[in-house]
Amino acid sequence: MHELGIVFHIMDSLEAVAKENGLTSIQSVTIELGEVSTVIESYLVDCWNWAVKKRELLHGCRMVVETIPAVSVCEDCGKEYGTVAHGRSCPHCGSEKTYLLTGSEITIKEIAAC
Amino acid sequence: MDAVKILEIKQSVFANNDAQADALRRELKRKGIYLLNLMSSPGSGKTTTLTRLIESLKDDLQIGVMEADIDSDVDAKTIAATGARAIQLHTGGMCHLDAAMTRQGLEGLETEGLELVILENVGNLVCPAEFDTGAVKNAMILSVPEGHDKPLKYPLMFQVCDTVIINKIDVMPYFDFDLEKCSEYIHMRNPNARIFPISARTGQGVEALSAWLKEEVNAWKGDNL
Repeated sequence: MHELGIVFHIMDSLEAVAKENGLTSIQSVTIELGEVSTVIESYLVDCWNWAVKKRELLHGCRMVVETIPAVSVCEDCGKEYGTVAHGRSCPHCGSEKTYLLTGSEITIKEIAAC
Repeated sequence: MDAVKILEIKQSVFANNDAQADALRRELKRKGIYLLNLMSSPGSGKTTTLTRLIESLKDDLQIGVMEADIDSDVDAKTIAATGARAIQLHTGGMCHLDAAMTRQGLEGLETEGLELVILENVGNLVCPAEFDTGAVKNAMILSVPEGHDKPLKYPLMFQVCDTVIINKIDVMPYFDFDLEKCSEYIHMRNPNARIFPISARTGQGVEALSAWLKEEVNAWKGDNL
């Protein structure tokens, strides 16, 4: 349960933000989740909904997930392509020398709070 | 009630853990303790490899081991029998250790006088790769029966590991394991990875591995002088 560990880290970060900004309740948190981040959105949200009940500041806090598409770049031909469809081989020139541009993110984007 | 406002955070979920891991590494540096994070699948021979390593290094280094598992203490008992200081950590269902849990483990182990601490992470090739534990280096064991294609299937694990130990080479004739291909795949994920083929059962290759580790520990301590 990798997702549960991530949820605990998000909750700790939000509690720190709340303390810094004098917030008393957080209504929602928006997470940017890369398509190839290895985190499963539905597991993450399930873990979140279970875990927020245990922290007073976060009672009822909703998690919104925005998906970041996975895009790779080819070092040989310089073109970009969708990682999920083509993996590590460039569909334009067949090169294996490719790297991930976006799609591995697990970022706390913003919160709605008061 | 105050109006709800939007606060932009734009922070990686791992930012807190990364900061805690860096702080732990700095502390270990001051104390001259080398922490190695050892990862692998269940059944790759982590504990047997550790037993061999301890046998070969115990006259030169003061060694401690933290065994992380979801449950049981069989591994810690095996390690304690070698004479090394050992502690069992229970993750309570979690599939990995993070920096805060590693710190707690080190406190429980009582690191006074230790020079090398090996963290045997939970047997898993996915989740432990995501969390920096505060270790100086990451190492992983890939055993021959698992197959030489694992670096392709678990890319992040091989990307974050400085050292890959290929264990159970004594049974290589019985498996379709291609050591050359395996090394090629490992270097695709991490061009700088060091590879040590060993057999923890027969002891083959263990000498090179322990020599490397001893050098690492001394270099880490030496920088303090």
